[in-house]
Amino acid sequence: MGKLFSGASLALFAPLVMAQNQVNMSPGVTEIGADIFELHMLIMWICVVIGVAVFAVMFYSMYAHRKSKGYQASQFHESTKVEVAWTVVPFLILIAMAVPATSTLLEVYDNDEAELDILVTGYQWKWKYEYLQESGENVAFFSNLATAQEEIYNTQAKGANYLLEVDEPLVIPTNTKVRFLITANDVIHSWWVPEIAVKRDAIPGFINEAWTRVPQEGIYRGQCTELCGAYHGFMPVEVHAVSRDEFDAWMAAKRGAALAQDQLAMQTLSADELMTKGKAVYDGACLACHGAQGQGGIGNAIAGSPVVLGDVGAHMAVVAKGVAGTAMQAFGGQLSDVELAAVLTYQRNAFGNNTGDVVQPSDINGMKNG
Amino acid sequence: MGDHHHGPAQGVTRWLFTTNHKDIGTMYLWFSFAMFLLGGFFAMVIRAELFQPGMQLVEPAFFNQMTTLHGLVMVFGAIMPSFVGLANWLIPMMIGAPDMALPRMNNWSFWILPPAFLMLASTLFMEGGAPAFGWTFYAPLSTTYAAPSVTFFIFAIHILGVSSIMGSINIIATVMNMRAPGMTYMKMPLFVWTWLITAFLLVAVMPVLAGAVTMMLMDIHFGTSFFSAAGGGDPVLFQHIFWFFGHPEVYIIILPAFGVVSQIIPAFSRKPLFGYASMVYATASIAFLSFIVWAHHMYTVGMPVAGELFFMYATMLIAVPTGVKVFNWITTMWRGALSFETPMLFCIGFLVLFTLGGFTGLMLSIAPADFQYHDTYFVVAHFHYVMVAGAVFSMTAAVYYWLPKWCGRMYNESMGKTHFWISFIGFNITFFPQHFVGLAGMPRRIPDYALQFADFNMMSSIGAFIYGASQLLFLYNVVATIVAGKPVREDKVWDGAEGLEWTVPTPAPYHTFEEPPVVPKPAGTI
Repeated sequence: MGKLFSGASLALFAPLVMAQNQVNMSPGVTEIGADIFELHMLIMWICVVIGVAVFAVMFYSMYAHRKSKGYQASQFHESTKVEVAWTVVPFLILIAMAVPATSTLLEVYDNDEAELDILVTGYQWKWKYEYLQESGENVAFFSNLATAQEEIYNTQAKGANYLLEVDEPLVIPTNTKVRFLITANDVIHSWWVPEIAVKRDAIPGFINEAWTRVPQEGIYRGQCTELCGAYHGFMPVEVHAVSRDEFDAWMAAKRGAALAQDQLAMQTLSADELMTKGKAVYDGACLACHGAQGQGGIGNAIAGSPVVLGDVGAHMAVVAKGVAGTAMQAFGGQLSDVELAAVLTYQRNAFGNNTGDVVQPSDINGMKNG
Repeated sequence: MGDHHHGPAQGVTRWLFTTNHKDIGTMYLWFSFAMFLLGGFFAMVIRAELFQPGMQLVEPAFFNQMTTLHGLVMVFGAIMPSFVGLANWLIPMMIGAPDMALPRMNNWSFWILPPAFLMLASTLFMEGGAPAFGWTFYAPLSTTYAAPSVTFFIFAIHILGVSSIMGSINIIATVMNMRAPGMTYMKMPLFVWTWLITAFLLVAVMPVLAGAVTMMLMDIHFGTSFFSAAGGGDPVLFQHIFWFFGHPEVYIIILPAFGVVSQIIPAFSRKPLFGYASMVYATASIAFLSFIVWAHHMYTVGMPVAGELFFMYATMLIAVPTGVKVFNWITTMWRGALSFETPMLFCIGFLVLFTLGGFTGLMLSIAPADFQYHDTYFVVAHFHYVMVAGAVFSMTAAVYYWLPKWCGRMYNESMGKTHFWISFIGFNITFFPQHFVGLAGMPRRIPDYALQFADFNMMSSIGAFIYGASQLLFLYNVVATIVAGKPVREDKVWDGAEGLEWTVPTPAPYHTFEEPPVVPKPAGTI
């Protein structure tokens, strides 16, 4: 997919000059985003005006009614009229605020008549995107943080999109009403892209709805905004809005790749192929907890692990079903047979685990069914 | 120290077995200050890690333990006990009572606190680390996915709740039964009023919190699924229960602060509080509204639109009574004879910064805009303006204001003023830029951030170190005052101060109002 985008990406970057030291909300690119921004500015300016008026009175009093200037204190302490006035006037101002707030809220909740449905599932610590098709041939993939550990741990210069870049972005067509169906697999996450003004909690057992219609092509970045565990700060969202044609081409390529993947699962792969693929899977799915050298961290060490060095079936069971009560997730539903085979092979042969075992996709299939 | 026959016991037993409201108040105050320093230390770790992009000092998992413990220790260990300490010292003296109504329970409600926090702090050394799910401990992150130490956390919360409930019952019983003859409800100092209302809030919502953590305990150890969708439970239920406690909780923190400010501003304005009765009604209205606004913390969970609208309108309404309070304080100052000693400076700081926090609160109440604010640093800035500049500033004002009455010595005024200015400037350098990064899109509770947030985060960290350091100056000033401050002998330490606590000798003797005082003032003049 990288190739398909490399040409477009230069143009896409143009609207994305990151505002350094931005001090205000961005109106974003959508109609709703602009409405929210206007609402935000309206309320803020009302507050500023009230604040300036109130504190002008206070500071004047602090200047003019000082004891050090010999000012004599009055003793008045009550006025029902004044109390009624400053109860009623703020109430009227609030009503004036509530009117535009209500209409904008109703817009946000207008989830009907979407042209494209995307199921967004939060996992610790990545997003899964699934394009729901009426034919049932859904396209699904995971989107992981692409920033290198070396950048995070300061041994390498940080790129422009540090912590806001993913390996596979969500791709949506422009000028199309896209509905997001948002849920989670483990804990609560929250899917947020400020520029398209969508934030919705991803809650296990619930499916929340949100929608957007992006008028212009571009790359829009966001992050998870609900504390979801250790790597909450490391699960960004990257949305590429592209033209309808480009989107259709991308979708066709994705389908093609999925088909190829299925065929791959029938074949016997070479150890080298499995190791290369396995490293990629490991870096995306395992590295955060088990370490770049398999040294462990949140998870146990892979290097010299009795599970990895032991029976393949038991190893597969841990990877596929996870370990209840720990951060070890069930990857059986997240990785394809080819990916599972590759990562098992990789774990059994990398980091000094030189078992020489090669696990094939067909073995995985067999284990799943047996 | 007038009466030697009824003086305190000697040695450590004085503190262990005391039933004296002043001793217990003192212990609460010192304990809360210790917790303030501990919670502040956690904050320093957080700000040090966030000084620059990239991971430098701690690991992400430990960072989450710091944010969690910072919140828990500050809310439950520093702010709440500090106001209970203040209530212990002042309520009996303000209403002309010889002591709290339930002195033995008073002792107990304090002494269960230190073990609870010791247990909470000990989780840092347990396998899997301390709780790392934020002070709001949303399930299932705090249940299925939590470290084993969560069980100790649950037990600690239970104990804190028991302590708060006992303290509140004691305050309610004292205020209702032990007022001096003539001290009618509408003559009570506003600090007593705000605490009475706060105590009712506590009694109402602490059991709800206890229910929430008990359900967590059941989910973790006894196979229930209250909050687990896989077992037919509901993770959002947890948030409803938590915030049904949590929203009144933030008023529990701020109402006594309102009370303090309502005592101090009139004293240094040399003018009675303006609109006493409306202040009482406004406090009661805020307390009532606090029960019907909880879901404004949950605008993004996917509530039906009717629910969003209800909670938005109800939340916006809070601006009315809160505005009334601010207007009353400023009108109290208007045409007074103002002077600016340290307590007054902290109250004016409170007034300006709390109002700013109120404005951002109003912005956050607007549901559609909250979709952009929710869980960003904008929220962090908002609640630190109300919690720190609100509760902590007013607590600091209270200590400077009543310290001479407590210990019979005057604090160093220029050091106090220096403390104010460093605090005020440090606080704003810390938290004002957080509005900017929040609006620009920085989520809260992250150990590392994108590069465009770097400058403001560095500024914020520098401000935090300044603010943190200024508290050591405060500690020094207080200790130096107690040990070697200039003695004060006037009953009425401040010329504008009103109230029964200023009619007893200075320093306040171990027992006061063994004979009920005569209450002279007409209503409305404190």
